[in-house]
Amino acid sequence: MSHLIIKDLAYQYNGTKVLSELTLNVKQDEIVCLLGASGCGKTTTLKAIAGILQPSQGYMSIDSQVVNDNHHFIAPEKRNIGMMFQDYALFPHLTVSDNIAFGLSNMSKAQKRERVSEMLRLVKLDGCAKRYPHQLSGGQQQRVAIARALAYKPSLLLLDEPFSNIDTQVRFELIADIRRIIKDQQVSAVFVTHSKEEAFAFADTLAVMHGGKIAQQGTPEQLFSQPNSKEVAEFLGTGIYLTAKVLTPTEYETTYGVIHSLTESKHQGQHGVVYVRPHHIKLCEAEHGDVSSQAILNRRFIGTRYVYKVRIAGQELEVAAENDRVLAVEQPVKIKIMPHTVNFFED
Amino acid sequence: MHVKFSLSRWQLIAWFIGLLLVTPLGFLLVESLQGGSDVFQHLFDTVLWDYTRNTLFLIAGVGLLSCLIALPLAWLTAYCEFPGRKQFEWALMLPLAMPTYLIAYVYTDLLDYAGPVQIALRDWFGWQSPDDYWFFDIRTLTGAIVMIALVLYPYLYLIFKTALREQSFKLVQASQLMGLSPLQSFLRVSLPLGRGAIVAGITLISMEAMADFATVNYFAVSTLTTAVYDTWLGYYSLTAAAKISGIMLLILFLTLMLERYSRRNQAVYERQSSVNSATLYSLKGSAAWGATIACSLTLLLAFLLPVAVLVKYAIVYAEDAWNGAFFNYAWQSLKVAVVVSLATIILSLCVLFYQRISKDRYPLIPGRLASTGYALPGTVLAIAVLLPLTQLDDLLNAWLEPHGFSLGLVLSGTLFAMVFAYIVRFYAIAHGALESSFLRISPSLDMASQSMGKGPFTTLYKVHLPLLKRGILTAGLLVFIECMKELPAALLLRPFNFETLATHVFQYVSDEQLELASISALFIVLVGLIPLYFVNRSMEHNHS
Repeated sequence: MSHLIIKDLAYQYNGTKVLSELTLNVKQDEIVCLLGASGCGKTTTLKAIAGILQPSQGYMSIDSQVVNDNHHFIAPEKRNIGMMFQDYALFPHLTVSDNIAFGLSNMSKAQKRERVSEMLRLVKLDGCAKRYPHQLSGGQQQRVAIARALAYKPSLLLLDEPFSNIDTQVRFELIADIRRIIKDQQVSAVFVTHSKEEAFAFADTLAVMHGGKIAQQGTPEQLFSQPNSKEVAEFLGTGIYLTAKVLTPTEYETTYGVIHSLTESKHQGQHGVVYVRPHHIKLCEAEHGDVSSQAILNRRFIGTRYVYKVRIAGQELEVAAENDRVLAVEQPVKIKIMPHTVNFFED
Repeated sequence: MHVKFSLSRWQLIAWFIGLLLVTPLGFLLVESLQGGSDVFQHLFDTVLWDYTRNTLFLIAGVGLLSCLIALPLAWLTAYCEFPGRKQFEWALMLPLAMPTYLIAYVYTDLLDYAGPVQIALRDWFGWQSPDDYWFFDIRTLTGAIVMIALVLYPYLYLIFKTALREQSFKLVQASQLMGLSPLQSFLRVSLPLGRGAIVAGITLISMEAMADFATVNYFAVSTLTTAVYDTWLGYYSLTAAAKISGIMLLILFLTLMLERYSRRNQAVYERQSSVNSATLYSLKGSAAWGATIACSLTLLLAFLLPVAVLVKYAIVYAEDAWNGAFFNYAWQSLKVAVVVSLATIILSLCVLFYQRISKDRYPLIPGRLASTGYALPGTVLAIAVLLPLTQLDDLLNAWLEPHGFSLGLVLSGTLFAMVFAYIVRFYAIAHGALESSFLRISPSLDMASQSMGKGPFTTLYKVHLPLLKRGILTAGLLVFIECMKELPAALLLRPFNFETLATHVFQYVSDEQLELASISALFIVLVGLIPLYFVNRSMEHNHS
């Protein structure tokens, strides 16, 4: 039984469909990431879950309680949801401990104090109880925000791009921290971001959104290696399309030779395109005069090795050389596509 | 996107406030368009046209003269470096604190036949009587124009200077690099870019000039404002007063339309945040001295000299001026001002909170309705407030009479009318000041509070109010000051035997005995200086 169930959710704003037929499931203690480009409806989905906006139709239940269908709409303040905002939304007029205590109700003062200090310990801010938000660093503010959202034991935690204001140097450290805290508190969470790196680092499963729908939901590896649509494939990483014909269940014929797949295809005999990611392509030196060779357009040093820009089937792509050999600009090279789990999309 | 609360209650409250505060205007419109009135017909046949013409001349004259004073001064202080520029930049706003009737009184005192100027001239040239020489009479329409322009020009100065510094600074800099002389770049860049600001400033000045009652009354120049006043207090004809007010509303409406029209096709220029206190042109020699003298002279004539004269009165007539009257009237004014400040704050908080949480299609309408009173001249507003209140009084009395009670003019004849009128007039100030503070509160705070199980009232009380503290104080102070200064509405609405500081001072102005109320007059000027401090501070804030 899933903890959060959304079925066929739709939302319209000023006559435009922002969400349609949106279906999403979040299991107990699972962190699900809504991933998508800006304008795909991910924040709208989050607000619909929070009840901040009312969907035009659809079904939603949290912890087996129906919060939204054609007859019910539970107000946000009655949903017992924890929310973390992009700007943290800490109350500037309250101290750290007052912020954390804000959502605590039906508790004695002593119980509240106990819970606040428990949360402060959890987020490692024991010494900061009496400080005000503006006296804290960005990362500390964020930890206060998570402590505040978890203090009253919400049945679901929502996070709206919570890491976008954090410096890149400390971002992933913090992501690991927050993930540990959420796992420690055993709460289901829905997290919104447009950054796939954050999504990979933070979530158990990803739900890629496109055009107001969930395009695909699964683990990061599943989505990356077996996208079910071009949109998902493109969103999760760069690559190029090659026209292809499925020769045998594991062999695809392309203009750059036959590609071997590690999994079997059901599309035998069909025409379509394969989506090839750069790390499956290697460059090797070609003889002068080799008709199938091409020149390196330019190269760039990325710290450990060079990557080379080449044009493959009319699309420019940066790829590595086989065995990290060092090649020169304008040097003729041949394209080699390594065996991998091939993503084939029929025409 | 705003938070969804169950808002029917707030919606009701906001619309009630909006409709309540727009009621007087509604009554006025209906009354001014309705039926005949002998008094109005009489005025129409005789003097109304002259009054209207005087009002229009007054508006045009004050607008033109304000441009002549304000535009060069704004340009000088915004772009040029000359001795004293920094001080003049804020000091040139000081005249705003000077009520027109005070400056008018002071200059009349200085310039009339028995005043020091004419006495000095007579001594100098050996003239014996008025037949020996010509001297201008200040108590004319022209005199009123000069007096009013001297204290209203700062509106245009302030708005245009802000436009120069914040909108076209970089562009003027660019034009300078492209070889334009200061005058060329003023004409070709600053003036066209600042058109919107100039029009806005002139509109504000026109509205204030039309609303002026004290100066024209003191100078015995008949305008529509004095006509409203006389019609009500002389003929006791509300209908006629409403009809004359209708003409003023029409002028007001046309002015605002003209503003809209002249600002058509005007793009909104992005404010440049990187404005510093740098200047573009460094004036040298005679140009620098000329700039300093122009600024000093304006400041002297519009502020320093009148204040000096008032101070002199206060010292010379100290014994008579320092009587209990000052404290008595100050206390009366204070009470009214405090009540009105509190009321406008509470009302605007309700409307703004509704605006914030509303999901309606037009959440701004209640606030707009409630704010219309600010545009009404004080005399017009007084008549507008009296219309529904007298009718309510009649209804109440008709209802109570069979039961043997009589309340008299419990609404229209008491402080209630005055307080209500002040609330209608100054609601917009509180609304404006608080709205900007409200907008600074991130909407995610509302959502956070709500997601933690707090309803609308708790959110307002525990999150918004603490964060609005400063805004509330500022709004309260601004309304308070306006209440202390307000004159025309108070003159028409004050209950029998009730004086505010302003009516008390004006009484003495009318009786040519301002000396005896000089302490009160200085106090009003002093109170008027307070908002300038806020304006100045907010400008410095923008610059840093």
